[in-house]
Amino acid sequence: MIHFKRLNDLLSRKYWAPVSAVKEHKGEAMNTLYNFVSGPLAWVAFIIFFVGCLYRLIRILVLVHKKEKYIYTYMSWKYSFRSILHWVIPFATVNWRKHPVLTIVTFAFHICLIITPIFLLSHIILWDESWSVSWWSLPDSLVQAMTLIVIGSCIFFLIRRLISPEVQYVTFASDYIILAIVAAPFVTGFMSYYQWFGYQVFTILHILSGEIMLIAIPFTRLSHMLFSPLTRAYMGSEFGGVRHARDW
Amino acid sequence: MAEPAKKVEEKKIIDEGLEMGTEKLTQDRIENVINRVLKGESGARLKAYVDTCIHCGLCSEACHYYLSQDNDPRWSPVGKVKQTLWEMIKKKGKVSPDFIKRAAEIASTECNLCKRCAMYCPFGIDIAYMMLVVRRINHLLGVTPLYIQDTAHSHAATFNQMWVKDDEWIDTLQWQEEEAQGEIPTLRIPLEKEGADIMYSVIGPEPKFQAQLIYQAAVIMDVAGVNWTMPATPGWDNSDMAMFTGDNEIMGRLKRAHFETAARLRVKKIVMGECGHAFRSVYDVGNRWLGWRMPPIPVVHAIEFYYNLLKEGRIKIAKKFEEAVTLNDPCNVSRGGGLHDKARYVVNAICESLVEMHPNREYNYCCCAGGGVINCGPPYKMKRVEGNRIKAEQLFAAKARGAKVLIAPCHNCHSGLEDINHHYGLGMEIKFIGDILYEAMEKPA
Ligand code: HEM
Ligand code: HEM
Ligand code: SF4
Ligand code: SF4
Repeated sequence: MIHFKRLNDLLSRKYWAPVSAVKEHKGEAMNTLYNFVSGPLAWVAFIIFFVGCLYRLIRILVLVHKKEKYIYTYMSWKYSFRSILHWVIPFATVNWRKHPVLTIVTFAFHICLIITPIFLLSHIILWDESWSVSWWSLPDSLVQAMTLIVIGSCIFFLIRRLISPEVQYVTFASDYIILAIVAAPFVTGFMSYYQWFGYQVFTILHILSGEIMLIAIPFTRLSHMLFSPLTRAYMGSEFGGVRHARDW
Repeated sequence: MAEPAKKVEEKKIIDEGLEMGTEKLTQDRIENVINRVLKGESGARLKAYVDTCIHCGLCSEACHYYLSQDNDPRWSPVGKVKQTLWEMIKKKGKVSPDFIKRAAEIASTECNLCKRCAMYCPFGIDIAYMMLVVRRINHLLGVTPLYIQDTAHSHAATFNQMWVKDDEWIDTLQWQEEEAQGEIPTLRIPLEKEGADIMYSVIGPEPKFQAQLIYQAAVIMDVAGVNWTMPATPGWDNSDMAMFTGDNEIMGRLKRAHFETAARLRVKKIVMGECGHAFRSVYDVGNRWLGWRMPPIPVVHAIEFYYNLLKEGRIKIAKKFEEAVTLNDPCNVSRGGGLHDKARYVVNAICESLVEMHPNREYNYCCCAGGGVINCGPPYKMKRVEGNRIKAEQLFAAKARGAKVLIAPCHNCHSGLEDINHHYGLGMEIKFIGDILYEAMEKPA
């Protein structure tokens, strides 16, 4: 099984062994770099990601507490979830139905985006190596398909930004950068899996780009991951509890 | 970023309020005010909305302006935020006087605060709220459209929207009482009746231009045997243009006067006429500014009031209205108060046939008059009418399916739709529910 072969490769570090004596010197430098990005830098990235997310969430709640306490009085679990539920189901809202292609793409994109790195064997192995924790993994072929879905979706978003006037009008350089930050770990991850060329380079680039993405989540518009449940819940509560109207 | 070239040259609208306000601006003042509002007055909501918006443009098709202007992104909800708030935030308040003038035009005359876009944004980002923040900045900078500012001044000076003097108000009520006594000799419009069940409140334009609406309401109250009263003091006007100019302080004073008048009369409820923005003011915005989660004295909109009267059999229908009607759900009472099903109950009770327009209920398009836009007056009339071609199309479709009469249970909708009616040659008759109810109900012979 391919899984076990790759697992053994990784665990025995054959994976990283220099291929020939000629390349030995270069290989060692790469090894050091790899160890750095997959070791200390990964630590830094994960800490910034988790602490950053927590910080942003706490900050916003403190702000609510300080200035808009009344928001709490409108919040309703029932209406919050009613609203969130409608919006996380494809085609369950008027606007999702109005944009069928975008809806399929954005749901496929977000699902693959979150599931792939968590249930990727190579990632689980790394967790296992450093923390001795492991969990169920997806078959590599599926992961590859999901990676391609993410990459394809990013291309779709890019084209949409370029050609749809209403999206283009509100597009800034930062929107392209954000899109690139999200696409990069998937592109490089895919490249390194196939070990086409410059395999080590791509793996290192991949890890770097993954770390950049993690760090970017709490501090860019990617923070919609954190805030969207809150804004949705508030609007859901307002519409449900005060306006007695649907918000989907 | 590149802006589409088309549609940029439109007829230049000159609004003295904006011109004169802009002339007086200084760079310092702009910067101070913007930062005072962005950092001082606003909080988590604004921050979350600005930081969360992923610039996806999915809110665009919610907006009747956008749809009516051939999908020109300048008119999309998020496009309006881009042209106003984002720039102010990015430049940390260092924007030019001309920028402020344009921001005032966008926030006050190119958005009806209808909140339809909040149902279309996947994150529920409230762009109407952001436009109100812009209006707040404009108010503090003294750059507001002339006509609506005049009504806000009237509110500040007289506690009503139309410079109606205290004695004119009482005179008008007595006049309508006498008129109605021609029909029902025992009818009274009880003034200052402490301990009545209901205080009936109206908007300033009713005594000024549409006194027959007070007449009709009095007949409905009388026939239904309601224990009601109207105040003889300021506080009778439930309307509120200050809410739309960003003058929250005046808004608060108005709403306090309104609620306190009801409290003084020791009524159980306030019933209000067929007005949308006034409902928003007492039920959503003004009460919250005063710290009331819900109105301190329950407020019943005319639609709900009629619904109760019909449901309880206190009003009987002698003869249903025969012509086919269609119903325009006003944003502020439908998307703002969920009264769309009750409105249908009432309309079906008093009319032979209701032809639905599409979209309807909380999904209905705004009339393009609300949010204070019609109150910005004649300079913006064509912008408003052309900004709602989609409404004309929606109504033509209803007409094609047989609708002859358009019911609009909101003063703003009423006037806005009247303009659309004329401009697009729709040829529909526009009525309030009360007009039809008054005609259709059983009255003492
Ligand atoms: C600390 C950060 C990360 C490390 C150390 C890391 C490490 C790795 C390694 C070693 C591989 C295996 C490459 C191979 O099979 O040859 C891999 C693959 C992959 N990683 Fe990461 N990764 C990180 C972050 C991320 C993130 C944040 C994402 C996406 C959100 C991601 C997505 C992927 C994908 C999609 C693949 C391979 C897909 C395929 O097999 O086609 N990684 N990663
Ligand atoms: C788990 C909670 C999340 C929710 C509910 C969510 C929701 C959304 C929604 C509704 C959109 C707009 C529709 C569209 O343009 O496709 C969107 C766009 C996007 N999201 Fe998320 N998202 C989440 C997490 C994430 C994460 C973790 C990332 C990446 C790290 C991400 C990256 C993106 C990108 C790149 C776009 C498209 C932006 C563009 O059009 O250029 N999202 N998201
Ligand atoms: S007019 Fe209505 S839909 Fe358009 S931007 Fe304003 S609130 Fe949104
Ligand atoms: S739909 Fe929401 S997130 Fe998308 S551009 Fe409009 S306001 Fe921003």
